Amino acid sequence: MRRPRAALWASLLAAMAGAATAETDPADWDGVLEAAEGQTVYWNAWGGDPRTNAYIEWAADEVLSRFGVELELVKQSDISAAISTVLSEKSAGKDEGGSIDLLWINGENFAAMKEKDLLFGPWAEDLPNWSLLGAEDNPALTEDFTVPTEGLEAPWSMAQVVFYHDSARVPEPPKTVRDLLDWTRANEGRFTYPQPPNFLGTTFLKQALLGLVEDTGPLYAPVSDADYEAVTAPLWDWLGELTPTLWRSGAAYPQSGPAQRQLMADGEIDIAISFSPAEASAAIANFELPESVRTYVLDGGTIGNANFLAIPYNATAKEGAMVVANFLMSPEAQARKQDPEVLGALTVLDVAALGEEDRALFEDLDLGIATLTPEELGSPLAEPHPSWMERIEEDWDRRYGAGQ
Amino acid sequence: MTDGLSLEGVRIALRGVPLVSLDVRIAPGEVLTIMGPSGSGKSTLLSLLVGACPPEFETRGRVLLGGRDLAGLGPRERRIGLLFQDDLLFPHMSVGANLAFALPPSLKGRRARRRAVEAALEDAELASFADRDPATLSGGQRSRVALMRTLLGEPQALLLDEPFSRLDANLRESLRGFVFDRIRARGIPALLVTHDAEDAAAAGGRVVDPLGRGAGTQAKAASLS
Amino acid sequence: MPVSKAAGSVREARILAAPMRPGRRPRLLPLAPLFTLVVLLGPVAAGLIGVLAPAFGYYPALGATELSLAPVRSLLAWPGLGGAVRLSAVTALASTALALGVTLLICAAWHGTRAFGAIERLLSPLLSVPHAAAALGLAFLISPSGWIIRALSPWATGWDLPPDVLIVGDPAGLALIAGLAAKEIPFLLLMTLAALSQIPARRSVLLAQTQGYGRVTAWVKTVFPRVYPQIRLPIYAVLAFSASVVDVAVILGPSTPPPLSVQILRWLNDPDLSMRFEAGAGAVLQFGIVLSLLALWRCGELALARAGTAWIARGARGRADAAWRGLAALAAGLSAGAVLLAVAGLAVWSFAGFWSFPDALPAGLTLRSWEGQLPGLAELTGTTILIAAVATIISLLLVLACLEAEYRHGLRPGTRALWLLYIPLIVPQTTFVTGLQTLAIGTGLAGPTGSVIAAHVVFVLPYVFLSLGDPFRAWDPRYGLAAATLGAGPDRLLWQVRLPMLLRPILTAAAVGFAVSVGQYLPTLLLGLGRVPTLTTEAVALSSGGDRRLIGVYAITQTAVPLLGFAAAIALPAVAFRNRKGLA
Repeated sequence: MRRPRAALWASLLAAMAGAATAETDPADWDGVLEAAEGQTVYWNAWGGDPRTNAYIEWAADEVLSRFGVELELVKQSDISAAISTVLSEKSAGKDEGGSIDLLWINGENFAAMKEKDLLFGPWAEDLPNWSLLGAEDNPALTEDFTVPTEGLEAPWSMAQVVFYHDSARVPEPPKTVRDLLDWTRANEGRFTYPQPPNFLGTTFLKQALLGLVEDTGPLYAPVSDADYEAVTAPLWDWLGELTPTLWRSGAAYPQSGPAQRQLMADGEIDIAISFSPAEASAAIANFELPESVRTYVLDGGTIGNANFLAIPYNATAKEGAMVVANFLMSPEAQARKQDPEVLGALTVLDVAALGEEDRALFEDLDLGIATLTPEELGSPLAEPHPSWMERIEEDWDRRYGAGQ
Repeated sequence: MTDGLSLEGVRIALRGVPLVSLDVRIAPGEVLTIMGPSGSGKSTLLSLLVGACPPEFETRGRVLLGGRDLAGLGPRERRIGLLFQDDLLFPHMSVGANLAFALPPSLKGRRARRRAVEAALEDAELASFADRDPATLSGGQRSRVALMRTLLGEPQALLLDEPFSRLDANLRESLRGFVFDRIRARGIPALLVTHDAEDAAAAGGRVVDPLGRGAGTQAKAASLS
Repeated sequence: MPVSKAAGSVREARILAAPMRPGRRPRLLPLAPLFTLVVLLGPVAAGLIGVLAPAFGYYPALGATELSLAPVRSLLAWPGLGGAVRLSAVTALASTALALGVTLLICAAWHGTRAFGAIERLLSPLLSVPHAAAALGLAFLISPSGWIIRALSPWATGWDLPPDVLIVGDPAGLALIAGLAAKEIPFLLLMTLAALSQIPARRSVLLAQTQGYGRVTAWVKTVFPRVYPQIRLPIYAVLAFSASVVDVAVILGPSTPPPLSVQILRWLNDPDLSMRFEAGAGAVLQFGIVLSLLALWRCGELALARAGTAWIARGARGRADAAWRGLAALAAGLSAGAVLLAVAGLAVWSFAGFWSFPDALPAGLTLRSWEGQLPGLAELTGTTILIAAVATIISLLLVLACLEAEYRHGLRPGTRALWLLYIPLIVPQTTFVTGLQTLAIGTGLAGPTGSVIAAHVVFVLPYVFLSLGDPFRAWDPRYGLAAATLGAGPDRLLWQVRLPMLLRPILTAAAVGFAVSVGQYLPTLLLGLGRVPTLTTEAVALSSGGDRRLIGVYAITQTAVPLLGFAAAIALPAVAFRNRKGLA
C-alpha cells in the first residue's frame, strides 16, 4: 500500500515541479518536441474566415499525428478579447498555467503586449524552420510595424495591400493615390474605406500618406522626432477633397474590411482596399463577389507586412505552441497556405533558397483569376512607425470620425 | 358547554374603531348568521377565526372549538372549514382531484379515497363528475363541489363567506337548502356571514350584527315582506 | 425595485401564511433571498470593480497601480463625447417609448379579439431572433442596396446601381431606434400579456364601453393604469438594454460618432492597451447615463400619471376607434413584418449562390453554406442548450425560493436587497465581464464550463426574476387560505397548488431566461476562456467575416434554439392542462 502512494506523491511533486519550473529551452528542440507531446495548445485567432479556420483544422490534424500535439482553435471576433483574458489572468495573479498558448496578433497588438511584458520569449529564432525564411534579407520578418520582434513572434504568412475593382464597371482603376481622388470626383459615392481605427482603414491612411509625401524617411522614425503638422499636411489636404466624394459623402463608413467587401458585393462601391492579395479570388469562389472583380496594386508600391504568432508570457503549453508555429513555417504548410484553393496567402519562406522538391510545391500553384503573381505585387513598402498612426488616427477621428 | 364553537369576548378594532364585538356560542348543527353591510368587519372576523387575521387589526378574546383554545394555531391546525364567495376550485385539478385534495391523509388506500370522493359526488348529485374539468361546470355545480370539498376535510366547524351571492336567484334557493341540510346532518357548528336577509332566514338560526346586536327580528321581517 | 409595487399583495400573502407553524426541518427557505444575494453578490461586486477600477486609473496588469483621474480627463477630451452621449440617450428613450407605445396600442385596440390571437402568434416567435441577427437582417432589408429596393429595381425605380443614400447608420440614429423598437415589441407584448392575465381587462373595457367610451380609450383609461406597474420592470430592462446595446448599434447605428456603448467597445478593442482606461471611464459614464435615463423615465411616469388622472377625470369618450385600430394593426404589421422579413432575408442568404444588386433573388441556390457548418452545428447546439438549461434551472430555483420565502415570511432585509440582482442589467457588460473573468480566474473555483454557467446565471436570473415576480405575487392568496383550511401545509400548498397554477408564467420566465442565456456572447467567451464554444460565440466570430451566407446559417440556428424554449413554454401547459379550461 505504501509504495503506490509514495509513487503518487512523487509524480504529483514532479508534475508540480514541472509546472513551476516551466519551459524547456527553445534551443533544445528535441527537448521541446518531447515536452510538447501530449500537450493541448489553445490557439486564439480571428475566426471570421471559414477558409482560414479550415486551414487551421488541417494543421491541427497534422500536428496531432506528427507530434502528438492537440491543437484547439479558439475563434475570436476580435483578438482584443484574448488580450483581455491575458490581462485578467495577470490581474488575478495567474502568471503560470494561463489559458492561451498561441496568439495571432497584428503589429499594434504586438507592440503593446511587448511593452507590457505580456509575451513569452525569445523563442521564434530557435525554431528549426527559421533558417528557411531568409530573415536576414527580409526585415519584414524581424520587424512588426517597425518594432523589432526579437524572437517573440514567428511569422506565418505575408500580407500586402492590394485594391480590387469590378472590371465590368471600372475597366481602368486609378493606380496612384492622386489618381484615386480624380476618379472619386468623377464617380461620386463609389468609393470608401473602413473607418479608422479599424486596422484596414488605418492602413489605407498609411498607404495614402506614403503616396502623398515627398520624403517618406521621417515616417520610419518615432513621430516625436519630426514636424508632424508639416509631414501630414498633404494627407489632410487630400482627405479634405476626397471625403465629400466618398460613399455617403463620408457621413458613414463601413466598420470593417468584411463590411467594405459587402458593399462591393451589393454594388454600392466599385473599388475596395484589402490586406490579402487572395481575398478577391476567394470571395469570387465563395459567390461573394462577381467574377469580373480584379486585383491591382498602386504604381509606387504598396505596404506589406507579415502575420505573426506570439506566445503569452503565462502560456501553459509553450513547447506545444512552438511546435505548432514551427510546423506552420514548414514548406509543406506554407505551400498549402499559398494554394488559392486553400487560402492563397503569400509564403514567408525564401522560396528561391529552398531545396528543389520544396520549391516545386510553390511553383506548381495556380493562383486564380483575381490574384496577382508575386512579381506583379512588387516588393512591399515597409510599415511606418506605429507612433505616427496613433496621432493620425486621433486626428482623423477628430476631423472625420467622432468629431464630425 | 364545551362542544360547538365559542367566541369569548372577541373584539376586533381598526385604529381604535370597534368593528366586531361578539360573545357567542354556536352549538353543533347550528348556523349563526352575522349580518351587516360590506366593510363592517365580517370578513375580518372570518380571517380571525381561521387564524389569518391581518396584523393591522387590534384583536382580543378567545376562540374555542370543542373546548380547544385555538390561540396560536394556523389555518391548517384549526380544522375550521371555509367556504368562499367564489368556489376557488383549483383550476389545474379535476373535480375528483379537488375533492381528494381535502381528504385527510389518514384515509389510506387509493380505492378507499376514490370511494370517498365518489360518495361525496353522489351526495352532491354529481356522480360521474370526478374526471371533469371544474371550468366546465355550471355555477351551482361548482358551488356544490366547493362545499363537498370543504366537508371532506372533516372540519369541526364551518365558516360561510357569502357563499350564495354569486348565484342567480333560483339556484341560490336550492343551494341554500343543500348547504344547510348537510351542516345539520353532520352536526357541526357553522357561522354564516352575509348581507342578504334571505340567506339569514334560510339558515334558520340566530342572526346578529358584527357588534353582537340581535338582528333576528329584522331578518325575519325582511324575509316575510 | 419590485418592492413598492408588490407590497400590497405581499402583505396580504404574508397575513395568510404568517401563523403557519414552522416545520421540524431546518428552516432554509427564509434564507433563500440572502443565499441568492450572497451567491450573486460576489460576481456583481467583482464585475463592478472591473467597471470602476480602470476608470480611475487602476489596472495592475498594465502596471497602473495608482488611482488617478487621467482616464476621466481623456474621456472628456474626446471630441465625440457629446454626440455619443446624446445618441445613447435619445435612441434608448425613443426606441423604448416607441416599443411601449406600439405594444400598448396593439393591446388597447385588439386585446380580447380573434385578431389579437393572430398578432400574438405572429409576434411571439420573433422574441427568439437574436438581436444581432435581426439587426443584420434589417440592415439588408432597408439599405439602399437592400431587399426592398432590389424588389423594386430596376423595373419600378430605374436603378441599376443602388442610390447613394444614408439610411442604415443615419446620424440621428433613426434606423437604430426602429430596429431596437421592432425587436423589443415582442418582449414587451409577452410581458404585457402575462400582466393582463391577472386583470379582468375584458370586463373593465366592456363596462367602460357601455358608458360610451371608445374601446381604445376605455382600455387606456381602465386597464393600462393597472397593467403598467406590472410591466414597469421589463420596461426598465428594455430602457437599460437599449442604452447599452452594442451589437445592434454597431450594425444599425451611426459611427461618426457612434453611441457611447459602441465607442467603449472600440476603446477596449484598441490595440493600444492604454485605451482600456478610457474604456473604463466611458463605462462608468455609461452606467451613469443608464441610471439617469431610468430616473428620467420615472419622472416621466409620474408626470404622465398626473396628466392621465386629469384626462380620465375629464371623461372624454374618445371615439376614433377605427383609426386607432388601423394604426395598431399597421404598427404591429410593420414591426412584425420587418423582423420576419429580416430573418427571411437571412434565410434566403444562407442558401444563396451569387446574389448581386438589383436581383430580387439569388442567381443560384446552394447548400454549401449549410454543408460547411453542419458538422460543427450539432455539438455547438448541444453545448448551447446544456448551458442554457442548467443556467435557467439554477436561476429559476433561486427565484422561486426567493419568491416563496417572500410569500411565507414576508419582506426581510435579504428580500429588500434583491434589487441588487438587477445591477448586471444596467452596467455596461463589456467592462463588467472583465471583472467577472478576473474573479473566476483568481478563485479558480470552476472550470470553464462551470464559470460560463455561473456567469450566465448572473444575467439570466434578473430576467427570470422580472418575468416571474409579478405573476407570482399576483397569485390569488385565497387559494392558499382555501388549501390551508383543508389541512394542506406550506409545502403541499407550494407543490400541489401554487406551482401547477403558475406553470405558465414559470415556463414563460424559463423560456425568457433560456433565450437570454443562448444570446450571451462576451460572458461565454471570456469566462469560458474561449474553450466553451456555443452557437453565439461561433456566430459572432464568423459574422466578423461579413459573409451573409454564414450569418444566415447561424441566425436560423440561433433563432431555432430559443424558439424551442418558447414553444415548450406554450406547449407544455397546453398539454398538461388540455382538459383545464380555467388555465387555458
